Amino acid sequence: MQRIGVFVCHCGTNIASTVDVRVVAENLKSEPGVVFSAEYQYMCSEAGQKLIIDAIKEHNLGGIVVCSCSPRMHEATFRKTAAAAGLNPYMVEIANIREQCSWIHKDKITATQKAIVLGRAAIAKVNLNAPLKAGETPVTKRALVIGGGIAGIQTALDIAEAGFPVDIVEKNPTIGGKMTQIDKTFPTLDCAACILTPKMVDCAQNENIKIYSYSEVDAVTGFVGNFTVRIRRKARYVKEDICTGCGLCTEKCPQKKVPDEFNLGLSNRRAIYIPFAQAVPKVATIDPDYCTMLKSGKCGVCSKVCGVKAIDYTQKDEFVEEKYGAIVVATGFNPISVDKYDEFSYSKSADVVTSLEYERLMNAAGPTSGTLLRPSDLTHPKTIVFVQCVGSRCNDERGKSYCSKICCMYTAKHAMLTREKYPDTDVYVFYIDVRTPGKGFDEFYRRAVEEYGVHYIKGMVGKVIPHADGKLEVQAADLIANEQIIVNADMVVLAAAIEPDKSARSIGTMLTASMDTNDFFTEAHPKLRPVESPTAGIFLSGACQGPKDIPETVAQASAAAAKVIGVLAKNTLKGNPCVAHSDEQMCNGCSQCEKVCPYGAITYVEKEYRNFDRTTIVRRVAQVNEAVCQGCGACTVTCPSGAMDLKGFSTKQIMAEVDAICK
Amino acid sequence: MQVNETNKEFRPQIVAFCCNWCSYAGADLAGTNRLSYPADVKIIRVPCSCRINPMFVLKAFGRGADGVIICGCHPGDCHYTSGNYFARRRMTLLFSMLDYLGIEKERTRLEWVSAAEGQKFAETMNSFVETVTKLGPNKRLEDIRCKRS
Amino acid sequence: MQKILIEKAKQLICDGKVARVLGWKKGEFCYDITPFMFTDVKDLEENFVFDDFCGANLSKYLIPYARKEGKTLVFLKPCDSYSFTQLINEHRIIKDSVYAVAIPCYGKADVDKIKAKGIEGILGIKPTSDRNGYAVSTLYGEETVARDDVLLEKCMSCKSKKHPTYDELLFEEGEVVEDCTRFDEVARIEAMTPEERFEFFRNELSRCIRCNACRNVCPACTCEKCVFDNADSGVENKAAANDFEDKLFHIIRAYHVAGRCTDCGECTRVCPQHIPLHLLNRKFIKDMNELYGDYMAGSSAEEKTPLTSYKLDDAEPSIVYQRGGDKK
Repeated sequence: MQRIGVFVCHCGTNIASTVDVRVVAENLKSEPGVVFSAEYQYMCSEAGQKLIIDAIKEHNLGGIVVCSCSPRMHEATFRKTAAAAGLNPYMVEIANIREQCSWIHKDKITATQKAIVLGRAAIAKVNLNAPLKAGETPVTKRALVIGGGIAGIQTALDIAEAGFPVDIVEKNPTIGGKMTQIDKTFPTLDCAACILTPKMVDCAQNENIKIYSYSEVDAVTGFVGNFTVRIRRKARYVKEDICTGCGLCTEKCPQKKVPDEFNLGLSNRRAIYIPFAQAVPKVATIDPDYCTMLKSGKCGVCSKVCGVKAIDYTQKDEFVEEKYGAIVVATGFNPISVDKYDEFSYSKSADVVTSLEYERLMNAAGPTSGTLLRPSDLTHPKTIVFVQCVGSRCNDERGKSYCSKICCMYTAKHAMLTREKYPDTDVYVFYIDVRTPGKGFDEFYRRAVEEYGVHYIKGMVGKVIPHADGKLEVQAADLIANEQIIVNADMVVLAAAIEPDKSARSIGTMLTASMDTNDFFTEAHPKLRPVESPTAGIFLSGACQGPKDIPETVAQASAAAAKVIGVLAKNTLKGNPCVAHSDEQMCNGCSQCEKVCPYGAITYVEKEYRNFDRTTIVRRVAQVNEAVCQGCGACTVTCPSGAMDLKGFSTKQIMAEVDAICK
Repeated sequence: MQVNETNKEFRPQIVAFCCNWCSYAGADLAGTNRLSYPADVKIIRVPCSCRINPMFVLKAFGRGADGVIICGCHPGDCHYTSGNYFARRRMTLLFSMLDYLGIEKERTRLEWVSAAEGQKFAETMNSFVETVTKLGPNKRLEDIRCKRS
Repeated sequence: MQKILIEKAKQLICDGKVARVLGWKKGEFCYDITPFMFTDVKDLEENFVFDDFCGANLSKYLIPYARKEGKTLVFLKPCDSYSFTQLINEHRIIKDSVYAVAIPCYGKADVDKIKAKGIEGILGIKPTSDRNGYAVSTLYGEETVARDDVLLEKCMSCKSKKHPTYDELLFEEGEVVEDCTRFDEVARIEAMTPEERFEFFRNELSRCIRCNACRNVCPACTCEKCVFDNADSGVENKAAANDFEDKLFHIIRAYHVAGRCTDCGECTRVCPQHIPLHLLNRKFIKDMNELYGDYMAGSSAEEKTPLTSYKLDDAEPSIVYQRGGDKK
């Protein structure tokens, strides 16, 4: 039995006005184990804490119960107090007599009675508390960034700048991500490539950064500070370290009819290709789906023309295993497929394009070299209709319920740039709402309307009908004028909703990082821990967490880097001591607990045990990796023998609380 | 002041198991917003709804509880990603078994209460207490030795 | 058949393929047969029996031998084979330590039912040639009883005549029984009013004398230390003091094997108080089948049981309020 001290807090009048604190303190004095009981106005104040410290020392207390506000509020405070008095911080229990008693009850007698019961339960529990010590594990001082878009690049650069090695895994042949496909950026209209490519080069040149391009994360094990990641390096059939990126092979390759994903299929590339001029690493890659050499063994042109003999048709996927202390997810986004939106005739007419395709059509490095030509007949479009919220804020299963956030601004940008380059073009934007919060954003949108004369019409487009003469009949509603209108357009641009990249789900599963129903990663706290995943050691950067624009992405990327640096700067990490523990004497080794552990914290070993008769027996028993266990307790209930228990919330403790409450 | 122990009218004894991350915080929020519910409800904090062993529920009844309610994070919101899914299956089977043995099924309940749902927490407790009060004292799953006098 | 099994066992021992044989041993009476580990050929020849009183499931007795030197030969009836497979899944038995011989089963007889027919001085049992009955030899001559009248409870609703796991098959392999009626009784109870159910189970469970036979025989109850024997478990309990503790024990017993119980029916077979314990286990099985999809523990090397897996859209516990129960 512990020597227990009880400390009842008045919390000013917050508790004392409905709970008779004196009666509580008096009553709890006679509980088993209690040797000291006091009440005080503010236990959490310095004077209150001193009272606790003094009592612990004077009465040689082995455990304390503080009847006060919620443990979510001050448990940490009182644990520190106990530690300051030389008591193990886990010998503290809180009876929540404010949020769960004084604040919800009006009758003083009832509230006082309940406070006594809650105090009694806490005493019963603390009687069974054991001193706990958080385990420490060493930290691998290397970080992994999954995804090499602007988010991943920024995070990697910041971590590298702080002096820690960091690896980027990018599934495409080059880093850069979506931003490489964008023409200009709002609201400043500077060229995306001009601000991104220097950062890409920085990554390549930074000796702390290693880029695994054309690679994917294949498996993840371990825990914060000690992740082991297997990376699949996809065969690119070109020796990355030898290829100089001269591009000769990409000119000579006879297979010319490969849709170029960089231009979203608006142009063609070769079977051996470098995605774009500023690619990092600037190395050719063979597309095995189109290469005739790989498919039928006939060709070999690239190998013949390559001056440095970098082509290797026999290359196979390779696996690299590396250890990391922290992992940043920066898997980014994609526009949704708009094929399901029959009413906009996207699949029927080449002149109905998505915003990202429009971005390529405007870009100097794009399929039309920056001259705006409509895809069907390569003529200048005279009337362009932009449709906002295609799939965003959508209630049916074709789209997403959320606002994609970036579309209002990039549509204003497209409209403005179009009017600036081609003042003879009529530009219409159909919108539900125009949402432009952000620094300089609303001014930007107003300039599009006021200075550039873009026709903004509140209302949705009902239908786009392609006509034989090449015109697109856009039927829409003008909600302000309250009339149906028809615009005969040459081009229609759809602002497609954005969604997390398809790879996110499997990565989330590997990392045991939770995701929402839309497959965006969830943050540990939506306001206070926005760049951390609830899984320790996993951090979130960019649009994988939710739709965001470039400035926000970069801000979050740097924030995630700061969090990673916070982990890597430590030599060891202190764990949560309230973890599961297996009593090997009772364990059956049945593997049930392993199956419910969300963290893979349980492993089995075969151990030799002595029997009473001096013989020995080998048994399979569970062992908990305390650094990995987060203390949920799923294993404890699955275990039929009760060999698995949870420190700090043991079966005995909870049963004791039940007893005390029901007494 | 002496605490008045005599109370003729039946007041149920309710044990509520709340997960630390969502429902316990939801209960705190109910308090912060001064949303009242009967003092018959006493909360036991557990890290996750998956920590709740059916034995705890049975033991509570044995010790004299008239109702046991379990609260956890909404499916999909578990702090530990999957704990509440396991709890859901375990408790479904347990409740079904109690019902099978002829024990009033209304005495057990599971509700998902998020940290933001102080209102829902108070409403849930009010309705649960009302239900159990109507049922009267737990006779079918009581340990008479533990009966309160 | 007994002869063939003894021959088989002798041969495997003599060939050095197995070190011991787990089988059934003759008792004082022909019907009190017990599982026994034979190590000696002579013992085997004299005492090994296999007849229609051999209802006992042998799989559990392999556990202490899982890591002993040499293989163990075991004869498995179909339902024993399910328990065997489940124990392998739970790593309680190491497959390589066992040589499992699958033998068919046409249902085992319940001696109490035979005695209840007024048949005394039983000396032996044999199936009739059409397998629809048993010829029971007694001190007073031979009596014939209809098979369905004297089957063990567990055999009356046999779930499978197929062996999920074995090393060698003797005789022919059967099939999973498709039109198994094992849930009919559970459904009948579910359809009662809560009051009727309460009375039914109070009546049944109140007979429990806590002899722990059900626990000790159960191939799923293999804990190194049972929670009911463990002072730290909070439910430690030797003998039930009242009907709460009866219920507590039996609910926890059934719950602890839920998802792992192969419905072998041993608990009911051995209960000296004739409590239909399988009704609790089958309730869990029935619920799990209905709510989480058909699942049969031990039917394959399935890794996850219904209680160690989940679906995002599982039924809420409130389904209990809508389902079952008050169907009048």
